[in-house]
Amino acid sequence: MSEPMTISGNRALLIEEKLIFELDNPGSVAIDLPEPAPFDLERLGDAPRRGRVALPDLSEPQVVRHYTRLSQKNYGIDSGFYPLGSCTMKHNPRLSEKVARLPGLADLHPLQPQKTVQGALEVIDSLAHWLKELTGMPAVAMSPAAGAHGEWCGLMAIRSAHEDKGESHRRRVLVPESAHGTNPASAAMCGYSVDPIPALENGRVDVAALKAKLGPDVAALMLTNPNTCGLFETEIIEIAAAVHGAGAYFYCDGANFNAIVGRVKIADLGIDTMHINLHKTFATPHGGGGPGAGPTVLSAALAPYAPVPYVVHGAGGLEMVEGKRAGAKPFGRVKGFHGQFGVFIRALAYIMSMGSDGLRQASSDAVLNANYLLASLKDDLSASFDGPCMHEALFDDRFLKDTGVTTLDFAKAMIDEGYHPMTMYFPLVVHGALLMEPTETESKDTLDQFIAVVRGLAAKAKAGAAEDFKAAPRLTPRRRLDETLAARSPVLRWKPAAE
Amino acid sequence: MRYLPLTESDRRAMLDVIGAKSVDELFRDVPQSARLAGPLPLPAHQGEMEVERAFTRMAGKNLSAGCAPFFIGAGVYRHHIPAAVDQLLLRGEFLTAYTPYQPEVSQGTLQMLFEFQSQVATITGMDVANASMYDGATATAEAAIMACRITKRGKVIVSGGLHPHYAETVETSLRYTEMEAEILPPDPLGMEDMIGRVDGKTACVIVQNPGFFGTVRDLRPLAALCHEAGALLVVMVAEPTSLGLIESPGAMGADIVVAEGQSLGMGMNFGGPGLGLFATREKYLRQMPGRLAGQTVDVDGRRGWVLTLSTREQHIRREKATSNICTNSGLCALAFSIHLTMLGGTGFGRLAELNHLAATRLEQKLKAVTGLRVLPQSYYNEFAVHLGDDADAAAVVDALADKGILAGVPASRFYPTWPELKPVLILAATETNTEDDMDKLVAALKEVV
Repeated sequence: MSEPMTISGNRALLIEEKLIFELDNPGSVAIDLPEPAPFDLERLGDAPRRGRVALPDLSEPQVVRHYTRLSQKNYGIDSGFYPLGSCTMKHNPRLSEKVARLPGLADLHPLQPQKTVQGALEVIDSLAHWLKELTGMPAVAMSPAAGAHGEWCGLMAIRSAHEDKGESHRRRVLVPESAHGTNPASAAMCGYSVDPIPALENGRVDVAALKAKLGPDVAALMLTNPNTCGLFETEIIEIAAAVHGAGAYFYCDGANFNAIVGRVKIADLGIDTMHINLHKTFATPHGGGGPGAGPTVLSAALAPYAPVPYVVHGAGGLEMVEGKRAGAKPFGRVKGFHGQFGVFIRALAYIMSMGSDGLRQASSDAVLNANYLLASLKDDLSASFDGPCMHEALFDDRFLKDTGVTTLDFAKAMIDEGYHPMTMYFPLVVHGALLMEPTETESKDTLDQFIAVVRGLAAKAKAGAAEDFKAAPRLTPRRRLDETLAARSPVLRWKPAAE
Repeated sequence: MRYLPLTESDRRAMLDVIGAKSVDELFRDVPQSARLAGPLPLPAHQGEMEVERAFTRMAGKNLSAGCAPFFIGAGVYRHHIPAAVDQLLLRGEFLTAYTPYQPEVSQGTLQMLFEFQSQVATITGMDVANASMYDGATATAEAAIMACRITKRGKVIVSGGLHPHYAETVETSLRYTEMEAEILPPDPLGMEDMIGRVDGKTACVIVQNPGFFGTVRDLRPLAALCHEAGALLVVMVAEPTSLGLIESPGAMGADIVVAEGQSLGMGMNFGGPGLGLFATREKYLRQMPGRLAGQTVDVDGRRGWVLTLSTREQHIRREKATSNICTNSGLCALAFSIHLTMLGGTGFGRLAELNHLAATRLEQKLKAVTGLRVLPQSYYNEFAVHLGDDADAAAVVDALADKGILAGVPASRFYPTWPELKPVLILAATETNTEDDMDKLVAALKEVV
């Protein structure tokens, strides 16, 4: 262990912080609750009563300081540039946070009589309307809680449609090698087997290989577009026709929708269903890993199978349908209540703020920013594919050949320079991938600074400074962490020393 | 446009560097037939003031819980949330971070998740907990799938006391798999008996405690019954504040405990987002879905945290993963954790007492309503009542809403095809209910029923 630089272990604004359990000060309270009047516990039945639960006692000032200090060990979009490819880390508008906290929207129970929540239903209905118009699709299932959940929802609709047609033998789903891991995992949860499709040298799916794999047992194709290499699938319309020709459906992973909102309608590409990550494309906060929302648009063929609940326009106003309804054959229910309402409010506030013109400008700027990075860095790093790219630029590690520096080392060195690294080692179709997605909410000045830093790091790596890279990051609250130890001897919770 | 920093001159300068004449040129890989020439015919951008006005108008069309005597539960509970919770989670470093893939710049989220996992394991009485699922319904479905994986059996028995949305989610999740769910009829009296149902094909029994209609059970006999048959006991806790007063499911023999965490830290938000809690025994750790934060050391030997055991997860295992979950409920986990930290061991027990006390007060006052009877033999902060053979609980709730009272949920909303449940109303009381609220409810019920 190296010598601490200070007596306390703290370094100015970087303050060491114990676990809440180690801050326990029995008898402290952070919430003043009244002493209950004497009462017996007879109505609690025959379940054993519980003694004091072993949670630490802290006061409010201690709690506030604890979480404030923890927050200071985190990097968010608010802190700086976060070019994490495929994650769309764009600015999160604060108006969205404000309106989501209006008591008339936040302090509502999902099971209130529907006549008392017409405004909430209007939020859901308005957002659904925008999503349908932006994609050109006739229906949307609003309730999926995240992207992977939307994938599953779309595939469940596909499977239900096949079953309904008596084609339950269709059990194979085609998934490109470059796909995100959630795609095959979602397919497996619908009882499907996964058949990978190779990529071509140009970063697109191998259409000939895809066509060769189509057959009477294929249920669907799952394709990400723009794809995970940041490229538009140029032959997508032909692909859709081939998939439909074989009696299968076309699922599109909409993780990269941010590149094309307002510039391309999903329906015009022949897609049957696509999830939309509201927490990416429509600027709701990622919150350190959620909550997200993954509304899933559906073609006319799949719409009858949409899960409950959904909002319809009834005689007396908006109606939340939670059960049976004429003409509908819902495949079931994907979660409790009505979907990620808090996320819906934020996404709708963003969409209304941007409007039709702003959304189109946003995708234009996202693509412009990515191409600016690609053009500016292609001679310093190694670009995997020729441009233009869509909203993200993919590089691989050829530029690091013989330097002793890996993609991981390069990423860690970026941390010391004040940046969150790009996505590393994904997609798997190129070696040592560095996937950069700047998003439209970054200024040219930010990009220019970033380009200068990345060029500097690339030059440094090529000049033989591998040791410096291996030692990075040096300036973070913690330096490189031992992931092998964490997995080999898992410590997943705090336990008192005595145990 | 306020969220877009590029100016026209920036755009021109950048296009020059790229060597393109226009942004349209960058979209040349899009088939010509699919390119849109201009903005779609939808409303144009608006200022903050206009958008805020639109939301204020929509908010004004709702009757919010704070403006009415409020007795709705059934899976979402209204509790007082200390002001510090929301203030802290709004810190941009928490709010605007991604999943902690780069641990050196994510120690805040990772330490918080480690603390959260420790808190969840503690209150559920289990060995380990994950870093969250979407909500209680999906956590329950994942528990069913995990139990089948562990036991290599395919039958899941779902108690009639499980929240019907959770039961539907379980059923949907198993629909196109080798597994199947046997869903028992609704159990408003809490009389359900599993003896004779659990056999050598049973992967697990899923029960909710306290149950959907209120019943609080001693789970030990059921745990023994399951274990004797080689099945697992999955316990769902829809109202986690109850764990301050009722023995933990872990101590009563549960193998997997799932819960809906909304009660702590989050507010109701019309039912979403929720927070799925997921805890189990150490021996089943590697069969768990979802992310896990784990303790380790950095190169200087200092304690730190990372995401760990990811070989269970979709980004490594793809179609062989334990689940497809990726994004979960990180910020909701933070809210839950802060609220629980503020409660502490002292406050957690006290809050549970106040909730149970509120429900017993409500029961006492309801004795003034002729023909009304409380159905379950035991309860925590919620119970089903029968309003009389000819009563229609939905109509009663509707009439009371017109009087500005949000009087629980009619069971028929979930069970429209069960006539015997038409007179059943599910009422919840929490620390937020005043005596005055209860008196208003009782007076209105006396008029309407």
